[in-house]
Amino acid sequence: MSSILCDREKPACGGQPVSDVASNKTIFALVDCNNFYVSCERVFNPNLEGVPVVVLSNNDGCIISRSNEAKALGIKMAVPFFEVRDLIEQANVRVYSANFTLYGDMSRRVIHTLAQFTPEREIYSIDEVFLNLSGFERAGLSDYARQIVATVKKWTGIPISIGIAPTKTLAKLANKQAKKRPELKGVMDWSALPDPEERLAQIEVGEIWGIGPSGERRLKSWGIETAHKLRQADDQWILKRMGIVGQRILLELRGISCLPLEMVRSPRKSVLCSRSFGRAVEKLNELKEAVAEFTSQAAETLREDRLSAKHLTVFCITRPHSEQARTHSSTVELPVATDSTPELIRYALREAEKIFFADGRFKKAGVVFSGLVPTEEVQTDIFDGKNRGSAGKLMQALDEVNARLGSGALRFAAAGLLQSWRMKSSRRSPRCTTRWNELLEAKTIA
Amino acid sequence: MFNQPPVRAGADASEQTPAAVGFPSPAEPFAEKVLNLNAHLVKHPAATFFLWAKGDALLEAGIHHGDLLIVDRSLEPAPGRVVIAVVEGEFVVGYFDRLKKRTPSLLSQNGPSGKPESIEIWGVVTYVIHTL
Repeated sequence: MSSILCDREKPACGGQPVSDVASNKTIFALVDCNNFYVSCERVFNPNLEGVPVVVLSNNDGCIISRSNEAKALGIKMAVPFFEVRDLIEQANVRVYSANFTLYGDMSRRVIHTLAQFTPEREIYSIDEVFLNLSGFERAGLSDYARQIVATVKKWTGIPISIGIAPTKTLAKLANKQAKKRPELKGVMDWSALPDPEERLAQIEVGEIWGIGPSGERRLKSWGIETAHKLRQADDQWILKRMGIVGQRILLELRGISCLPLEMVRSPRKSVLCSRSFGRAVEKLNELKEAVAEFTSQAAETLREDRLSAKHLTVFCITRPHSEQARTHSSTVELPVATDSTPELIRYALREAEKIFFADGRFKKAGVVFSGLVPTEEVQTDIFDGKNRGSAGKLMQALDEVNARLGSGALRFAAAGLLQSWRMKSSRRSPRCTTRWNELLEAKTIA
Repeated sequence: MFNQPPVRAGADASEQTPAAVGFPSPAEPFAEKVLNLNAHLVKHPAATFFLWAKGDALLEAGIHHGDLLIVDRSLEPAPGRVVIAVVEGEFVVGYFDRLKKRTPSLLSQNGPSGKPESIEIWGVVTYVIHTL
């Protein structure tokens, strides 16, 4: 049972069934923040405790986070706000616009708090982290995990659940169980179950991580309705019908780890910045403003990662939620890869003009940079004729000013000043962990 | 305990000594990092939050209206410490008294009904920053 934290064997990968008795195998613990966005709102607004709360997506379009009370009212995930507006008003559900500045900061705090418990982790999403708890068996995995739950709650105010298992797929399932059953106090260790097979028999295949609606339909058409039946299926048979991805899921259900902990983020392939508009955009100059703004933001991300882009795509979408949604896009290859905002804006605006058409009602637009290369390795062109050194200094100064005075303090005039196309976020809470002028107040009492 | 991320030395250009062209500086072997106020005041970055103080009821604790409160949620409140508490859904700052029948209470707490209402301790105030 004693295992050393570093110097661990690489977990088995690919579709090869491997005996999983290696002594230093990974013990996956999936940490998932409960109703994360709603929980963030509650930390700074205690009045939201115990009442139904929902958070809306960008542009106040759809429901993206629900408190348990809101779930109990029958409000479903991802439904458009207008569809449940009556219910929300009747039940006095508190509604918030997404405050991603706050959620991002709280996510960072949760991840830092977890760091004191194990050095090996994979940040999977804004509210999910896989930990490796191998080496902590002596402390009792469930007890250790409960300590993690209590510490994260105390330090950050965010409630979390932890599912522990020998594979990522089972850790996901264990996490769901931990959330469903309050008596588990937020922690479930799959290996400690007396009847894991029986538990799998109660889980529908659609609930398994990585099985989408079409996969679920196919499996059910073959009579494989539960996680247990999938686990019992012949892995070569599944390989033939569902490919390596399907086979991996089956093996992971058997406790054979095929998806290792990915501790290093794979290098970026592209940078995307896109937003829905607050209202339909019909004028070319408005579309160009928006495209310039998205280009500026994406260029900032590019420079943060010290990358330059060789290809630039501009796209816009008309009627995104209807059947006839149409995407119009145009891509240009730049003569020299760059990270300079004004240069990128110049190309982006040219592409925006190409995709614009009269009587188009644009609901959403975006910019994608691809063909990314490290800025230091950019191949210059002998006929380039641009002073890239001074452009670099200008961008550095721009980023420093914006870091100090807040994002968007200094921006290009092409992005417009009024930005009337900006999306609605009329019910956003204060950004009380990142802005001095939005900090909360505490009344002194003696 | 929690390992702090390494302090980024020389993040600001003003923190670096421009290199001398003539003689090397005799101070160089003794150089230490610039004092970092953030690292000094914030021991647990993941658990530390800032709030503004409102009102002058805690002058004796050195807290004035408009002061910046540094609040560490990772600490256990001890009697006599200044804490942020949630009283009837509002953030207040006051002296922590003790646990009465396992529920926390603030010192000289006068609820509207005369008896202390249920409160929750949100964090411990570790520093107050006051403009002179």
